[in-house]
Amino acid sequence: MNDMIEIRWHGRGGQGAKTASLLLADAAFNTGKYIQGFPEYGPERMGAPITAYNRISNTPIRIHSNIYDPDYVVVVDDTLLGVVDVTAGLKPDGAIVINTTKDIDYLRKVLKGYTGGIYTIDARKVSMETLGKYFPNTPMLAAIVKVANIMEEDDFLKDMEGSFKHKFAKKPEVIDGNMQALKVALKEVKKLA
Amino acid sequence: MGIRERLSGNEAAATAMKQINPDVVAAFPITPSTEIPQYFSTFVANGTVDTEFVAVESEHSAMSACVGAEAAGARAMTATSANGLSFMWEMIYIASSLRLPIVMSLVNRAVSGPLNIHCDHSDAMGVRDSGWIMLFSETNQEAYDNLIMAHRIAENKDVLLPLMVCQDGFITSHSIENIELIEDDKVKEFVGTYKPEHYLLNDKEPISIGPMDVQAYLFEHKHEQAEAMRNTKKVILEVAKDFEKMTGRKYELFEKYKTEDADIVVVCMNSTAGTSKVVVDKLREQGIKAGLLKVRVFRPFPVDEIAEALGNAKAIAVLDKADSLNGAGGALFTDVTSAMYVNKKQVPTVSYIYGIGGRDTTEKEIDSVYADLQEIVKDGRVENPYRYLGLKEEK
Amino acid sequence: MSIGGNIYKAGNAREFKTGDWRSICPKYIPEKCKQCGLCFPVCPEDAIPVNKEVKREDFNFDYCKGCGICAKVCPFGAIVMEEEGEE
Repeated sequence: MNDMIEIRWHGRGGQGAKTASLLLADAAFNTGKYIQGFPEYGPERMGAPITAYNRISNTPIRIHSNIYDPDYVVVVDDTLLGVVDVTAGLKPDGAIVINTTKDIDYLRKVLKGYTGGIYTIDARKVSMETLGKYFPNTPMLAAIVKVANIMEEDDFLKDMEGSFKHKFAKKPEVIDGNMQALKVALKEVKKLA
Repeated sequence: MGIRERLSGNEAAATAMKQINPDVVAAFPITPSTEIPQYFSTFVANGTVDTEFVAVESEHSAMSACVGAEAAGARAMTATSANGLSFMWEMIYIASSLRLPIVMSLVNRAVSGPLNIHCDHSDAMGVRDSGWIMLFSETNQEAYDNLIMAHRIAENKDVLLPLMVCQDGFITSHSIENIELIEDDKVKEFVGTYKPEHYLLNDKEPISIGPMDVQAYLFEHKHEQAEAMRNTKKVILEVAKDFEKMTGRKYELFEKYKTEDADIVVVCMNSTAGTSKVVVDKLREQGIKAGLLKVRVFRPFPVDEIAEALGNAKAIAVLDKADSLNGAGGALFTDVTSAMYVNKKQVPTVSYIYGIGGRDTTEKEIDSVYADLQEIVKDGRVENPYRYLGLKEEK
Repeated sequence: MSIGGNIYKAGNAREFKTGDWRSICPKYIPEKCKQCGLCFPVCPEDAIPVNKEVKREDFNFDYCKGCGICAKVCPFGAIVMEEEGEE
């Protein structure tokens, strides 16, 4: 049981949190793991807070319920911090990865009482610089892969290149940008606490 | 050795349909099964299959088209959920009474209202007496495997009944998980070609299907259907044996998970069984003799086999993801207790209605059911057999 | 809880506050506003209040989802979209 990593994603409809969770499942699958990737379906509207989940394990995964005590939480949009209880059930030795430019004092304040690890990345900056558009999910995917140590960075990049080639078969011009976004994000994600 | 893949439950069902390559698919989109005809129509458009895809204007027409196609001598498939199945209801009975082995992928969802698009089994339970074979699937893998086995069961000349493969809406239909696919050629060989004995497009034998059936005959025809349903159990096991030879994956009428020496047993269907297995393992670590019986074949109902498997338990909880609203527990509970009574097995049994309208069912909740069962074993009596799991206190 | 989830009150959409869907936020600049009346009819959430003198007032952030349609439609630059988040 202990070899299973549970991850909860918080994002807004349209930001690709669901897609990111599916891509993460894909990447982990390709390293030989057992995986689950599923969103919690609510009002699927642009901007509405949404949740998605990942389980990654070395043995078959049989549980079929939402994740209440995650090892890691990914917050794709920091405006959710005051709105959703993102650290609910987060294990004390786990960590939260947030797309934000805010400092540690601010984050400690809004994550009332949370004492665990905090990692941040400015996914907006990474996305704008590499893709020219705001798609926070690609940098966040790289960030959680690094923070949760899900796989070797090189394996991850190689694997994602394959996924992007498949996913963007009709618009290959965006593959380089997405790959760049992943590479930059792997470097940019920082441990604040 | 199979193909290691990761697919959602809907993708798995669509992939099975692709490999089966039926003559006709007629379907109308409805959440959460929409993706199945969506993926399948892509296969049609890409020429991956040579199926005639009928984009009908309603589910009633979807089942009507399947009835027409199957009667004509074609192999027909469809997919639906909840209110879509409700809308098919008239044709559901026509399909089974005309003995047309249509195969359906049913992605379980609550039948409205009030409006809800999430998972429970009220759609399936609504047609449990309609003469369809009903297989339930814990995972994407089982949904896929059950579909691959479906035609061999339904088209057997001792059966000739339509068959539906159920899986949990969203919980498995929209969750990406590992799956082992079978190679295309192996599936093709396993499923075989459909060779009906009588069919409308046979110019050598002009026939009529579905004529007037008055007082003198309907009773006997219904009895024949019931007999066919009884025959089905044997056929399901035979097909499962061949399937095991091909894949190594073993299927029976139900799965006994650590029930052999179990004092307390939970009975349930579909994805909740997976969560229950996790709980059983944890309880076993503590030395508690817990077990799980996962019903795969719900129609025909394996009465004697289930009674045999549960006979030595000291307390049983039957989990129904649909309320029969009869004030006396769910349908699975009724079937299990009836099986036990007829086979003279007297074990305290309680009904839990759970997970209605997509209410998430957690490890903790399943654990509480086993704790309740331990109480029952200790006290030797059941206070209230009609219980609810995960119901909120009224605001 | 009511029978069948029935709602016995009209105008109940008011109780569904969609303001927390917002990731970008409109800012109203009254000095630039000509009260032309183009913005409030296009707001999907009716989050631009109009007073008795038929003049628009500042946004109602309980409901504004930050869709930005008003900013797009404003010919005078009196509505600009800014990043959401408390400072």
